Amino acid sequence: MPRVNEKVSYWMLVLPALAIMVCFYILPVLGIWEIAFTEPETGVGNFVKMAGSNAVKTSFVITFRVAAITTVGCLILGYIVAYAISNFATRLTPLMVALVILPFWVSVLIRSFSWIVLLGRSGLVNDALMHAELIERPLRLMHNELGVLIAMIHVMLPFAVLPMLTNMRGISGVYVQAARSLGASEWTSFRQVYFPQTMPGVLSGALLVFVLSLGFFVTPALLGGGRVLMISEYITYQIQEFLNWGLGSALSVVLLVATALVLLIAARFVNLRATLLERK
Amino acid sequence: MNEPILSIKNAVKRYGPVNALDGVNLDVAEGEFLTLLGPSGSGKTTLLSAIAGFIALDEGQLALRSADITGKPPEHRDFGMVFQGYALFPTMTVRENVGFPLKIRKRSASEIEKRVNEALEMVQMSAFADRMPSQLSGGQQQRIALARAMSFDPQILLLDEPLSALDKKLRADLQWELKDLHQKLGVTFIYVTHDQDEALSMSDRIVILKDGAIQQEGDPNTLYDQPRNRFVADFLGKSNFLEAAVVAGSGASFQCETKGAAFTLDTQTPCREGETITLALRPERLRLGLPGEEFVPGTVKQVSYLGERCQVLVTREGGDEFLVSRPTWKTDITPTPGLQVSIGWDADAPVVLAPA
Repeated sequence: MPRVNEKVSYWMLVLPALAIMVCFYILPVLGIWEIAFTEPETGVGNFVKMAGSNAVKTSFVITFRVAAITTVGCLILGYIVAYAISNFATRLTPLMVALVILPFWVSVLIRSFSWIVLLGRSGLVNDALMHAELIERPLRLMHNELGVLIAMIHVMLPFAVLPMLTNMRGISGVYVQAARSLGASEWTSFRQVYFPQTMPGVLSGALLVFVLSLGFFVTPALLGGGRVLMISEYITYQIQEFLNWGLGSALSVVLLVATALVLLIAARFVNLRATLLERK
Repeated sequence: MNEPILSIKNAVKRYGPVNALDGVNLDVAEGEFLTLLGPSGSGKTTLLSAIAGFIALDEGQLALRSADITGKPPEHRDFGMVFQGYALFPTMTVRENVGFPLKIRKRSASEIEKRVNEALEMVQMSAFADRMPSQLSGGQQQRIALARAMSFDPQILLLDEPLSALDKKLRADLQWELKDLHQKLGVTFIYVTHDQDEALSMSDRIVILKDGAIQQEGDPNTLYDQPRNRFVADFLGKSNFLEAAVVAGSGASFQCETKGAAFTLDTQTPCREGETITLALRPERLRLGLPGEEFVPGTVKQVSYLGERCQVLVTREGGDEFLVSRPTWKTDITPTPGLQVSIGWDADAPVVLAPA
């Protein structure tokens, strides 16, 4: 068999995946860009209309707010989980890691529906609270931003935990020992020595959660009940309900650009290569 | 000994059925360079961790200048510590690392500045003050770790195998520097290592540990010349072991016999006639001669050339092996495998070991 040049064999391995990406992803995205500038008429009309629409503005504000709060929530909860797993070595560690990863194997749809069962007017949470006579009327736990946030934080949590866990497991316990031997209390050692070392993991997690949240559809759509219109759902409305392809596409373009901007800004603080491509 | 700076009484630490520390009693004198020496699993690191306060003892007390510190958290013990992997904080510059203990102690900015500069000067690292630890070599990181552990004038400096990650040449250089530093500063050093050369070359006193118990303690010379038991004789340097019967004698001089070879033994260790004793013989105390010149006949099995010295492995009839170490400049005999030789030693060369 003739020896294949290394470059050729490299491209032969990459090409099938690349072809699929180009045909079914890159070209359609470019198509969306085209529609955004050509429907219903050529020009930036869609963008002008968008800029003037209060509904669009509100939707963007909600999107960024939900994404930001989800990110903060995931970071706080995830940090505690990752810290516990990596700093208290017990026989439970593998189980705890498994519990973090487990949700990945359950569809987002099912997880979101489960939250509806839990948070609904006569859902488990409200029922339990009523039975315990802690409340008189059911609380509004869903079809509002609160419900969306609860479910979003749940869905996104593994994306925050995993990068932080990888990062924390690489930090030797000897640093905190060293800090304490030099006179720092447990809290000071954590704050001044341990925490700064976890920043790469925290930023990675934050970036993943935030970017994924910006374009998230299923969970906000189900738990928002049409009242928490995040931008992805807004786009779906424009295209499916109003057949307004031009505006829908223009919104997609803006969402894509906004996400790219977030990544660009983040790149100044985080090593994106390490965050998104390489895992220790 | 004056009042010891640190006093360890009956320290016990159990990990499951294993006693990592099995009743250790030790007094550390002010200003001494004390080395805890032992193989891995001997409890030396456990003992150091207990002194530092990272692990709690199951039994026993620690006292610093007679004040009990058994339950004190590490941050209140005021001991500097240098770790095996240096443990420099990677998010801080060299200057911030060295200034960390001072900052924690809320010293003024000008004092921190001054102390950090002094500490860096002491380890000849002033030029590297604004680097990050990751930009330094192992030896440089080691010096910074030392400066950091010393910058706040700790009561005691604890060193946990600080040189083990360095290459051999650098290790030797740093041994001299450490000893130098110890003399200059007068601070008490407690040094943990498994490297006998390090222990012998730097320490004022060595404590040899095995299975969580002290085997013997003393200055390097005493330990090397008068090992108490087989473990110490074997762990610190090399030794030949020999079973011999005491045939006659009293006081400090005895006639002994080993497999037909008779020799005189001068020792302070009391021996009884008819008793079988175990002797340790250092390889460099053995003499090599032609057959008949010395009292134990044998055959050269293997020769190993080490530059300044040459090690000769001699087999005696009956299977015993003797390791003889002799200067290479001695050319009376050129040992080659298969050569018939004889071995002898001075009457005061063997050390009588305590029965195991």
